[in-house]
Amino acid sequence: MLISYNWLKDYVNVEISPAELADKITKSGIEVEMVEPLNKGISGVVVGHVKECSQHPNADKLRVCKVDIGQGEISQIVCGAPNVAQGQKVAVAVPGAVLPGNFKIKKAKLRGEESLGMICSLQELGVDTKLVPKEYSTGIFVMPSDAEPGSDALEYLNLNDHVLELGLTPNRADCLNVLGVAYEVAAILKEEVKLPDTSFTNTEEKAEDFISVNIESFEDNPYYGAMIIRDVKIGPSPLWMQNRLMASGIRPINNVVDITNYVLLEYGQPLHAFDYNRLGSKEIVIRRATEGEHIQTLDDQDRILKDTHLVITNGTAPIAVAGVMGGATSEVGEDTTNVLLEAAYFSSARVRAASKDLGLRSEASSRYEKGIDRNRVYAAAIRAAQLMAEIAGGKVAAGIVEAGKREVKSYTVSMAVSRMNALLGTSITPEQTSAIFDRLGFSYKEADGEFEVVVPSRRPDITIEADLIEEVGRIYGYDRIPTTYLLTEARPGGLTQNQAKRRGIRNYLEGAGLYQAVTYALTTPEKSTHFSFNGEEQVYPISVAHPMSEERSTLRMSLLPQLLEVLQYNRNRSLEDLAVYEMGSVFINRQEVLSDLPEEYVFVSGAITGVFNEHLWQGERKTADFFVLKGILEGLMSELNLSERITYESGIIENMHPGRTAVVKLDGIPVGFVGQLHPALQKGLDVKDTFVFELNATRLIDSEIQQMVYQTLPRYPSITRDIALVVDQELPAGDLFTVIQAAGGDLLKEVNLFDLYEGEKVEEGKKSLAFSLKYFDPERTLTDDEVVSAHDRVLKSLEERFGAQLRK
Amino acid sequence: MKDRLEALKSEAIDKINESVDLKDLQAVKVAYLGKKGPITEVLKGMGKLSAEERPVVGAYANEVRDSIQQELDKKQAELEEAAIAQKLASETLDVSLPGRPVKKGNPHPLTAVVTEIEDLFLSMGFTIAEGPEVETDYYNFEALNLPKGHPARDMQDSFFITEDILLRTQTSPVQARTMEKHEGQGPVKIISPGKVYRRDNDDATHSHQFMQIEGLVVDQNVRLSDLKGVLETFAKKMFGEDRKIRLRPSFFPFTEPSVEMDISCFKCSGKGCSICKQTGWIEILGAGMVHPNVLEMAGFDSKKYTGFAFGMGPERIAMLKYGIDDIRHFYANDIRFLKQFKNA
Repeated sequence: MLISYNWLKDYVNVEISPAELADKITKSGIEVEMVEPLNKGISGVVVGHVKECSQHPNADKLRVCKVDIGQGEISQIVCGAPNVAQGQKVAVAVPGAVLPGNFKIKKAKLRGEESLGMICSLQELGVDTKLVPKEYSTGIFVMPSDAEPGSDALEYLNLNDHVLELGLTPNRADCLNVLGVAYEVAAILKEEVKLPDTSFTNTEEKAEDFISVNIESFEDNPYYGAMIIRDVKIGPSPLWMQNRLMASGIRPINNVVDITNYVLLEYGQPLHAFDYNRLGSKEIVIRRATEGEHIQTLDDQDRILKDTHLVITNGTAPIAVAGVMGGATSEVGEDTTNVLLEAAYFSSARVRAASKDLGLRSEASSRYEKGIDRNRVYAAAIRAAQLMAEIAGGKVAAGIVEAGKREVKSYTVSMAVSRMNALLGTSITPEQTSAIFDRLGFSYKEADGEFEVVVPSRRPDITIEADLIEEVGRIYGYDRIPTTYLLTEARPGGLTQNQAKRRGIRNYLEGAGLYQAVTYALTTPEKSTHFSFNGEEQVYPISVAHPMSEERSTLRMSLLPQLLEVLQYNRNRSLEDLAVYEMGSVFINRQEVLSDLPEEYVFVSGAITGVFNEHLWQGERKTADFFVLKGILEGLMSELNLSERITYESGIIENMHPGRTAVVKLDGIPVGFVGQLHPALQKGLDVKDTFVFELNATRLIDSEIQQMVYQTLPRYPSITRDIALVVDQELPAGDLFTVIQAAGGDLLKEVNLFDLYEGEKVEEGKKSLAFSLKYFDPERTLTDDEVVSAHDRVLKSLEERFGAQLRK
Repeated sequence: MKDRLEALKSEAIDKINESVDLKDLQAVKVAYLGKKGPITEVLKGMGKLSAEERPVVGAYANEVRDSIQQELDKKQAELEEAAIAQKLASETLDVSLPGRPVKKGNPHPLTAVVTEIEDLFLSMGFTIAEGPEVETDYYNFEALNLPKGHPARDMQDSFFITEDILLRTQTSPVQARTMEKHEGQGPVKIISPGKVYRRDNDDATHSHQFMQIEGLVVDQNVRLSDLKGVLETFAKKMFGEDRKIRLRPSFFPFTEPSVEMDISCFKCSGKGCSICKQTGWIEILGAGMVHPNVLEMAGFDSKKYTGFAFGMGPERIAMLKYGIDDIRHFYANDIRFLKQFKNA
């Protein structure tokens, strides 16, 4: 909302500067987002009187004007505007003047003719083109004939004014008009509000002889008032009114339309002026539109209506969409003489429905949607009628033709000073409280610190005690509220075990060399199903109803598609060596129609590609591979104390390399996978060999927590035996580990693989694996015999199970 | 014989002095003091001497042997020292060469900010509450005093999935869920960090997905002045001990009274600069006293209990703290961006 500082001063005494005022308004509750001077760096612009105007001898498009710029001084000014003419009063930038953008005016010769300054358009004075009245949009601005040559043109054009831009929260729709802001400012500055004088004389004719009003549903339209103004003369509105409209961001059109807009800004009441002669009947009927009904609106668009929209009709056809836009057939135009002025209260739901469906948001519709002051509708109609009589030469017929209730009864809200102080932590007295209600213009009764406050109709946001407490608090000043500390009993804060473990996983992965990424949860429907390891069970992607784009339409079931986007993004910037991980929610829906919330799991996923680590000058370089990543996962499982329960089994996951992917299982149940991306996908993404993992962290974290058990330090020596085995090439090393461990028994404490060989030195189709086995008994020194017997058991089992032979 | 010993001694000492390394020296030792060496020979030949001569020569021979040994030891020490010095000299490294890098990643800046804020509130006795990102309309709106058709729903254009299920637009539903779990019994003292979603076009200052941290305290005798105390502690910890805070009245449907908190600009300390848009103040968060309707809907007696709530955006805080100019940086994950937050 743009509020003109000068206009505001009509209703409330303000003796402080616009900036000081803005600061006070902000502190007491309405944020002033900007204080903008309308003078955007102008000096030296005066009123000029064009005495003569002739064609430039050497240029078709230029005129040479003799302009009186005060005290009889005549300056020759060359002007290029098509509308410049003898007799006009215009704004002249004299030599030495400065225009917005630090544009300095100097004496000049234009095509051989001397020019002592410039006749200005409004745009040249810093007014936004879209606010300039149409007749002046391509030329200079013509001022009223009574403007005094030589005087300050900015005064005439109100360009010495400042505009306060208010950032209004939805509860303060009462400040969507100058009077509402005046009430607020009066409360802040301890001043009174002076309402405009709206007295006028009406004619003997009666409005009711011209029109009747019928409302079909008072729920949709609680009140409708119509006034008749005859014999108006359509023309431009007075400059002061145009200035105020422009300052408020509205373009002047003609006097009648300007008056409706002016009163809208002044009272916050949307009004509409119909050309009475074009109504096509003598009745107004307000009803729901029929489904598919047409209307041609003011902007000459054909609109198709729905039965949730409210229309104003002439008894048969719609002549306006209620609260949204008037119809073209009854539009006020140059030849209009008789006006029907509408002042109504439409339900915000009806206006919102139509404005949303038709895609039309106007100053009027947005006010109806946010709620207007029911008890100000009539006053606004009177104000507009008065202005039509005053400045459009209209004759106002007596009375207002009404349907519905003109006013609603006020209600009271009670507030106890003791509860207020308990809530705010203050010690405001009942006397201070009364003084604040007085300033706010709220009437009340008080007994023993209990207030019974009559809520003014302009403040429908006040409904409960807390609302009144806020009113008193903000006028009292939040900077005067003390700073205290909670009296709540002290309890230890702290992370839950689950939260601590999630932090642990993050810290571990970062320690292992991965950078944390955070990506979007919304992806494409196609990508949402990638890398799924939900097994046989059917899952259904979850798409939002109104996505901003296909790219961000469907909730992810895996973090990997987004992490791959991260790789691609970096790849496109020639950043090819990456190690990233993400921890975030994925959304699994097993319902064909989503009626319950979907399952949410925290997943942790990572991707590495390119060089993982290198020491350049020593020529060491570790490129990302399967085992780098698997090693990181093994470390993670150890961190979570899950190593013993985790297995890695080769498996097939969509989009993963079929021979280089392991399904990670916890107690035999899949909880994720690790492996290389499918080469086809790598090629599509234009990335080097890329290795990824994905784990259901929720499952890992929720699995039973094993307490750490301390192992006494060994007092007896261990015995290590190495074996080299030749087995079938296909045999997974993991199977050997399992059998060795089982056969070795309790004494076998550690098994490590230290060599893997495939090549000429072993038989075709075979490979050699060398293990180091550590035997150890914490209670005593092992005898050679014991170790030999355990070791023989191992060898025998390996031979029986896999036909493993000792390598010669 | 004595002369012979004398000659051997000086010969041996010459040889010792001529030795250039430990190997030479060892050879000298073997040559003169070994079992087959000349001194042993001399001692072996003592039988031929008279009884008077024998002890004299014997003593002298021992003396010679000892002094050769002494010389040997001395030379050995010298040579060892030289050898060490030489070894050290040959082992000298260019210590200015770079070391082998240890591979280490770091948290995302948003996580860094969230963790810092979490830790601060944990230290003040808060716990962390979490909830689903896909929420019901009830918890996201209705339980927070935003019934269907409420004009403030306008401020929150939302990603609905069905009529009743949507991506949460705020982390406040966690507050509603937590209060409900307390079954009308205080105190509640939580913060709830998490991701939220709104139908915005992504640009430099808007993101359809972003983070929020909200806080909630419900108990008997919770006052707006207490909120001021907690927020002041927060502001000083996050933005420096010199920060001042100011509360401005505002509006949120779930709090009444509602406030917005500004902090004095940490760049210019209130003089006015581009960060604070010349006002000296930076808007940091929204807060207020929990609306009685919200308390009642969650099962708390609003005559007995009061509470405060606050909410802030980690993106905004990170942008202010680090001078990041575009919110999209957080979600593009350019590795050059991520790597900068090693010490965040």
